Amino acid sequence: MTTRIVELRRGILKKNDELAAGLRLRFTSAGVLVLNLVSSPGTGKTAFLELTLRRLRERLAKAAALVGDLETDNDARRLAASGAPVRQINTHGICHLDAEMVTRHLEGWEEVSLADLDYLFIENVGNLVCPSSYDLGERIRVALLSVTEGEDKPLKYPGLFNSSDAAVITKIDLAAPCGFNRELALRNINEICPGIRIFETSAKTGAGMDEWLAYLAEVARSS
Amino acid sequence: MHELSIAASIVEAVTESAAAYPGARVTKVRLRVGALASIVEDALQFCWDLASEGTPLAGAALVIKMLPVIVHCDACGADFEIEGVQTLRCPRCGQLAAGISQGRELEIESIELEEPEIAEPKMHQAKPVEEQA
Ligand SMILES: Nc1nc2c(ncn2[C@@H]2O[C@H](COP(=O)(O)OP(=O)(O)O)[C@@H](O)[C@H]2O)c(=O)[nH]1
Ligand SMILES: [Mg+2]
Ligand SMILES: [Zn+2]
Repeated sequence: MTTRIVELRRGILKKNDELAAGLRLRFTSAGVLVLNLVSSPGTGKTAFLELTLRRLRERLAKAAALVGDLETDNDARRLAASGAPVRQINTHGICHLDAEMVTRHLEGWEEVSLADLDYLFIENVGNLVCPSSYDLGERIRVALLSVTEGEDKPLKYPGLFNSSDAAVITKIDLAAPCGFNRELALRNINEICPGIRIFETSAKTGAGMDEWLAYLAEVARSS
Repeated sequence: MHELSIAASIVEAVTESAAAYPGARVTKVRLRVGALASIVEDALQFCWDLASEGTPLAGAALVIKMLPVIVHCDACGADFEIEGVQTLRCPRCGQLAAGISQGRELEIESIELEEPEIAEPKMHQAKPVEEQA
């Protein structure tokens, strides 16, 4: 027997990365801004997205959403109430979305043609760890955190916050009753991802949504 | 579990690469994993055993090299290794880093294979015969 060492130097998730690169190319040439929303279960992704879709519709922007969950299509039904085309991705136990699932769910989606869309939102499976490794071809990764989760979330999950392009603090209407330390939360996010854009929103009161929508329009214009 | 799907991806990637060496057995897989890759080393070792079980990779050792975060500081114009992942500040001047130049890696560096001796010795045996002739 002889021993041979073979240098591979390849990404463990190379297959996903290649698929995601292909998706990114498709999205860019179709002129659609794609965002990947990541947070713990219950942070308020669906509520935030529901309001975002409504607001975009009022502004006559065309938006659609893919929503990932382990099981059920509850979130898709909630989001569809906004009038936007929505498709559910059930991962059946897998704790994150990957580029293959996104590719597969874009196929045969009759209401949606990428070229006609301004925005495509992807609500990831509720999880702060796994989704951070899987590129979905998005232009903007959004990490969400609610005021009820503790200001140190970004320090506990640096992988996600560091790889994100924007951060959204949700349920800001509950900040006072929760004794939320805003300065500390902002500082912690900034320590992990210096200079990241941070939005403070409430799906109940609509607070912070104007800033968020202005940001979406700004990024879409620069695409 | 995150590490389980990562382990399954390693099995797939290594199996694919090892196919170029028929008859060889993979004995070691070396990884480079950044501190910001959200991987728990022990969990990945555990999941590797599960994921490789019943495949030709069963019994191969997984050697994980954890890489610290290296930040780039604009003010100092240099890269610095930092301790931990709780803040991305330049250890020299204390400013927040402009970016990171290491820390997100999730790579297979190399694999080690054991191969049966190839047919070379027979050719060597043949030679002297020709020379004698
Ligand atoms: N008070 C308050 N509750 C919210 C807000 N956003 C979401 N929620 C509630 O939080 C729970 C989880 O929200 P959901 O959107 O399903 O979270 P997801 O799991 O991240 O998609 C629901 O009961 C929502 O009504 C908010 O801005 N303010
Ligand atoms: Mg949801
Ligand atoms: Zn410095």
